[in-house]
Amino acid sequence: MPAIQVTNLSKSYGEVKALSDVCLSVETGEMYGLIGPDGAGKTTLIRIITTLLLPDSGNAKVLGLDTVSQYKELRGEIGYMPAVFSLYSDLTVQENLNFFAGVFGTTVKDNYDLIKGVYHMLEPFRDRPAGKLSGGMKQKLALSCALIHRPKILILDEPTTGVDAVSRMELWNLLHEIKNQGITIFVSTAYMDEAKQCDRVALIQKGAILGINTPEGFAHCFPYKLFAVYASDIWKNLDAIRRLKICETAYMFGDSIHFATNNLEESPESLIDRLMSIGIYARVVQIQAGIEDYFIYQLSGK
Amino acid sequence: MKNVIEVENLVKQFGSFFAVNNLTFSVGEGEIFGLLGANGAGKTTTIRMLCGLLSPTSGKISVAGYNAYTQPEQIRASIGYMSQKFSLYSDLTVWENIRFFGGIYGLWGKALKGRALELVEEFKMHDFKDIMVESLPVGWRQRISLAVSLVHKPPIIFLDEPTSGVDPVARRMFWETIHHISSLGTTVIVTTHYMDEAEYCHTALVMVDGKIGVLGKPGEMKQKYGVKTMNELFLSLARNGNSKS
Repeated sequence: MPAIQVTNLSKSYGEVKALSDVCLSVETGEMYGLIGPDGAGKTTLIRIITTLLLPDSGNAKVLGLDTVSQYKELRGEIGYMPAVFSLYSDLTVQENLNFFAGVFGTTVKDNYDLIKGVYHMLEPFRDRPAGKLSGGMKQKLALSCALIHRPKILILDEPTTGVDAVSRMELWNLLHEIKNQGITIFVSTAYMDEAKQCDRVALIQKGAILGINTPEGFAHCFPYKLFAVYASDIWKNLDAIRRLKICETAYMFGDSIHFATNNLEESPESLIDRLMSIGIYARVVQIQAGIEDYFIYQLSGK
Repeated sequence: MKNVIEVENLVKQFGSFFAVNNLTFSVGEGEIFGLLGANGAGKTTTIRMLCGLLSPTSGKISVAGYNAYTQPEQIRASIGYMSQKFSLYSDLTVWENIRFFGGIYGLWGKALKGRALELVEEFKMHDFKDIMVESLPVGWRQRISLAVSLVHKPPIIFLDEPTSGVDPVARRMFWETIHHISSLGTTVIVTTHYMDEAEYCHTALVMVDGKIGVLGKPGEMKQKYGVKTMNELFLSLARNGNSKS
């Protein structure tokens, strides 16, 4: 039995189609990423999975339980960390934890072994009101509260949005520790580079799934040859490079242009010559596509 | 290149806490200047002082030729600001938003209409200028926010995490627009959590605990510190910063 089974799920808000015919399946013990930009439908999907929103059609089963007809049973089994900070700001760290443990009919002590990794970092602030914690600490508290009833599955909606690179890394380390304790994790993010933290990833855009694969697997689905082009005055030359006949897409990636071509004969040497003929002197390296290249291909292809 | 921002020994103290601690840098005309750092490193405090919204504790600070202590209003009239939170009126059309913000900056009549038309042209907004902002995708809204921040032709614009949550193509199109604006002479100060975008800046300042962690051209800094990406540099600096505090 998969931990999450989503079948032909659709949801509209008036005229706006938030999800159309979404299917995905998450294995028990998996770290599963839902990756897409704002407005792609990530939060809508997560709200349906967490029993907080009714689908228009299709269904979702979590731990074998239907999110509509068996929502009461299911709620006790899932841990949910919403995108917006939703703890009690005027309660202290300790009070929030006790409260959430109480709501689920358990105690902090009973489940301490599960949260101690996170809680260890919060300990110095245990008597501080949650509203007065820094962003990173608020998040760690929210994570502790989501875990306090020892859920079988943990669902996080954009836990790393607006968080700096260091705190992002800390959070992912914590999620790996939680996963190692046997908890299935379903996490959404707008950061493509976080795909590498996941066992499998579903890419979502405009309410539809663009592809599901392992982070490495996407590279093999990329149909073009891909080159990194390093040149001076690179921004000014982008348009000229895009006008090359063999160019599918050309976009900046850090300090180089990722140049995709459907000419499978192209080599770094031939591309260097081609660029030289339009007055651009460049260093060219053939590279493997990453998940962001794949996403761009899906957005701009077809 | 003429400097449009000059900051010398800038300090901002909140009680005993030094949010900004002895910062010195300058930004030239048309430069794209990335202000980076972990949460709490002092970026927002620095930007608020540069925008004339917060008075410094000490140090020299001049923006577009105006003194931040004595001429904050002139500074505010000389800058454009775009925040990470979407700041347009969602129940107005694109055209109405441009007209509204133009009016706020004192444009009216023919001058306002002319400028609004110019922006529609420059940002290729013809097709949806009469569409309600709320029904546009996030990437487009961010472009419109950028256009609106330029309505009064400010010599300097501040972009606070402008591409947060934007799809990978729209994010790159946005940066291409930034480079275009910069090539026309507008100075751009930008903050971001995407470290690949740090590479897109002419100059990057990574703040650590209110001070300069590193400051320079991304390419030169990577070479100097022997790292492949700005992300590596950022992580190593921020870690050291955290261990000290």
